[in-house]
Amino acid sequence: MARQSLLAVAATVRDHAIPELEALLRTMTRAPEAPGQADPDNPIIPFGQIEGVHFLRFVLLEDPSLPDRAAYPRLPAYEPTRLMLMVDGDGSPEDILHRLLRTAREGLVRVFIHCDATVTGTNIAAWMDRHRVRSAANYVNWPGRSARQVREEARLHEAWLAVRLAHPDTSPEELWPLLRAAAQDLPLSPPVRPALAERLGNLIHLLSLPVLALLSLPVLLPALPVLIVMLRRRETRDRVIAPRPSRTRNAMLSSLEDHDVTNPYSAIGSLKPGRFRRWLAIVILWIIDWGARHIYRSGRLARVNTIHFASWTFLDDKRRVFFASNYDGSREAYNDDFINKVAFGLNLSFSNGLGYPRTDWLVRGGARHERDFKWYLFHHQIPTQLWYNPFRGLTTYDMARNARLRATYERRPTGAELARFVAEI
Amino acid sequence: MAVDRDDVQALVRSGFGSLGSARYILVRIVDAARAKAWLRGLVPTRASEVGGGRALETVLQVAFTRTGLRALGFTAAELENMAPEFLDGMASDARRSHRLGDVGESAPAHWAWGTGAREPHVLLLLLAGPNRIADWASHVERDARANGFLLVTTLASNPGPEETGPAREPFGFADGLSQPEIDWDAKHRPSARADRAYRPHIAAGEVLLGHRNEYGAIAGDTTGPLVQRNGSYLVYRQLAQDVTGFWGCLRAAAGPDGAQELAERMVGRCIDGAPLPGLVHGRGLEDFDFQSDPLGLLCPLGAHIRRANPRVGDDPLGPLGILGNLLSTAGLLGNAAGDAVASARFHRLLRRGRPYGASMTPEQAMRPGQPETEAGLHFLCLNASLARQFEFVQGAWLISPTFGGLSQEGDPLIGDRCPFPDDRRTDLFRYHDAEGIPHIAQGMDRFVTVRGGAYFFLPGIEGLASITAR
Repeated sequence: MARQSLLAVAATVRDHAIPELEALLRTMTRAPEAPGQADPDNPIIPFGQIEGVHFLRFVLLEDPSLPDRAAYPRLPAYEPTRLMLMVDGDGSPEDILHRLLRTAREGLVRVFIHCDATVTGTNIAAWMDRHRVRSAANYVNWPGRSARQVREEARLHEAWLAVRLAHPDTSPEELWPLLRAAAQDLPLSPPVRPALAERLGNLIHLLSLPVLALLSLPVLLPALPVLIVMLRRRETRDRVIAPRPSRTRNAMLSSLEDHDVTNPYSAIGSLKPGRFRRWLAIVILWIIDWGARHIYRSGRLARVNTIHFASWTFLDDKRRVFFASNYDGSREAYNDDFINKVAFGLNLSFSNGLGYPRTDWLVRGGARHERDFKWYLFHHQIPTQLWYNPFRGLTTYDMARNARLRATYERRPTGAELARFVAEI
Repeated sequence: MAVDRDDVQALVRSGFGSLGSARYILVRIVDAARAKAWLRGLVPTRASEVGGGRALETVLQVAFTRTGLRALGFTAAELENMAPEFLDGMASDARRSHRLGDVGESAPAHWAWGTGAREPHVLLLLLAGPNRIADWASHVERDARANGFLLVTTLASNPGPEETGPAREPFGFADGLSQPEIDWDAKHRPSARADRAYRPHIAAGEVLLGHRNEYGAIAGDTTGPLVQRNGSYLVYRQLAQDVTGFWGCLRAAAGPDGAQELAERMVGRCIDGAPLPGLVHGRGLEDFDFQSDPLGLLCPLGAHIRRANPRVGDDPLGPLGILGNLLSTAGLLGNAAGDAVASARFHRLLRRGRPYGASMTPEQAMRPGQPETEAGLHFLCLNASLARQFEFVQGAWLISPTFGGLSQEGDPLIGDRCPFPDDRRTDLFRYHDAEGIPHIAQGMDRFVTVRGGAYFFLPGIEGLASITAR
């Protein structure tokens, strides 16, 4: 299997089908104890049986911020409400779709029939393929780390932890043979190396940004003063739309959160009208996608360490963007991480959104207006009706540590390295 | 702008350790008109009265819950610009309780006060010398009852130590250290460059509404009929501490000779308050940080004080010059493991707690057959943002079993030990001994249980007048 990909399928929900669809999704969760959290063994879509999945969500894209468009007659007042299926999985999106259908064809029909009454077991594959949407930018915490690797290394850590707990006062040197014995019976697949074609594709993609940047310089440089004036005019005049959060809505969102150490985040909003913002968003998300693929490959997106997967997806002829992520910790801590560690990145990626807190020079201000920014985020956050995490309880740190422990183990550590190895278990 | 100390209740300025005794009188309002008239007659001590060589003999402070403000006549719409967490209440719903660790025996359903008909409206905080407190508190209590209030409960603190020095909490450790210094005169401007390194002072707006906070923005929304300026949110939690259980558990884990050393590892300080050996780079109790100990060899990564204040600036790599700062901000220097906790300056609490109940030494507590005694801490803290400060510190730093990249470790002192998620245990504690050998403690009991709690608003003097004039 190649590196991880995102499969996203989105289709408009039929008139009046939303309540029924929501009720169906609820039957696949662990509500009322853990609303929104998928039951891996539910009979409709047995998520636990689908191979190579890291995260999966069904989310109804009901946009609470559409009324913001009232002041912008160039933007249509209405956009369709879609059901989005998003799967972060191993292999290509086609591979993921294939595995999904192999396990849960009938269940997927039962869900997507709320979007199209003609969906059947025979046409669902083609139908889902037709309704696939591509993300504009996709971030993966650790490209190439397969679900199988995560699972095997987690089992290895569990086995070692059990050994350590059973021998709390044993020195690292005495513990080593016991740890080796515990690891002996556990399968450890070799790490997946990308195929030649994939490596070549990656290299071409890596070169694409600098080459395009060089090629566009002759046009971009003379145009820069004009572009800067256009940006500054907009930055100083654009309206901020960050209403005080409703406590009732907050309670509803909270009811779905913190049932696991990881949470899903879903948010939707409109882009500011006009070609300038539209093209700026396209270029910036392309750069983010490039950066996520080639620079931020080792456990953090800029300085944010808690995101497993994240994606930005254009909808409705690029009038709207849907942002989805899977992050460790609580929402407040996640927002704070955004503000304090990566405000510049947020400003780049979200400041073309309608109502975003005022930025200066594209990267300054914006998210640093803490209250406005949190209120803006809240205004755009939507509930994730169903979310599946096969690795409950494992943070990005756990996965990185497990991989580190395995690598150290294979080096047969001694001395200080062995002591560090044991300390990390 | 400098804070007008004449408009601020004195608790923001001082914990009044020299006044050895405290009473926490928690009341509900049954007759709003009479209650307001009585409250108008109270003279709370002001921050301007602190210091200047004058020793105060008594200190009175007044704070209100959201239900208290409603009972005094404010409409829900008029209060809507207050902190949502204050309006929801500490025990609002299961998700908040889960985040705060108020689960199991600490769940609000078991609280002695703080919910339903036992949710106080007003906190009258009385501080005085041990000889004076009882009579004064009885008088105030009687007076309040005769003037439109119903008593929920009155709680007492232990008489403080005669000698000066840090107070001790019931497990025997020096407490009340590592307080932030408030920038009363707005001398410092938060800056992206200087704040890359840890600093002990915080902007006044981190504690007082209506002042600039660490983001350079004015804290809170100070419009509306209730004057919020110079007010602060006061968190009050009554935490029962199982002293014999704590020392008994450590004795079983490390033996009578090793129990204190293990306890010091769990707390992250020596029992007398000194930093753990090897961390110190000055003479004071606060002259240390964890930068030289990224792996937790000296002070465990999960130690209580390292969670409560990780002493880290905006960037764990510190200031690096223009290019270095840029590269570090872009995430091109350092690594995830070295950057696992948030900048401390946005998450500081001004603590004003005091111990209660029977006190005993660790040696006494370790003796087999010791009867269980009721002791604990009246945990009080002040902050301007309940979400970003108290709830963040409590939830993301103290209670979280994944704090700082750790795994299956709640706070060794106050962790709830409840498995999370599902059956994944949270009662581990990894540490190194003095020789640098790694150890793991497991199966620790729950040592701290919440007995009650509420979010209060501690108004400024003008704010109090706006409440009683309602």
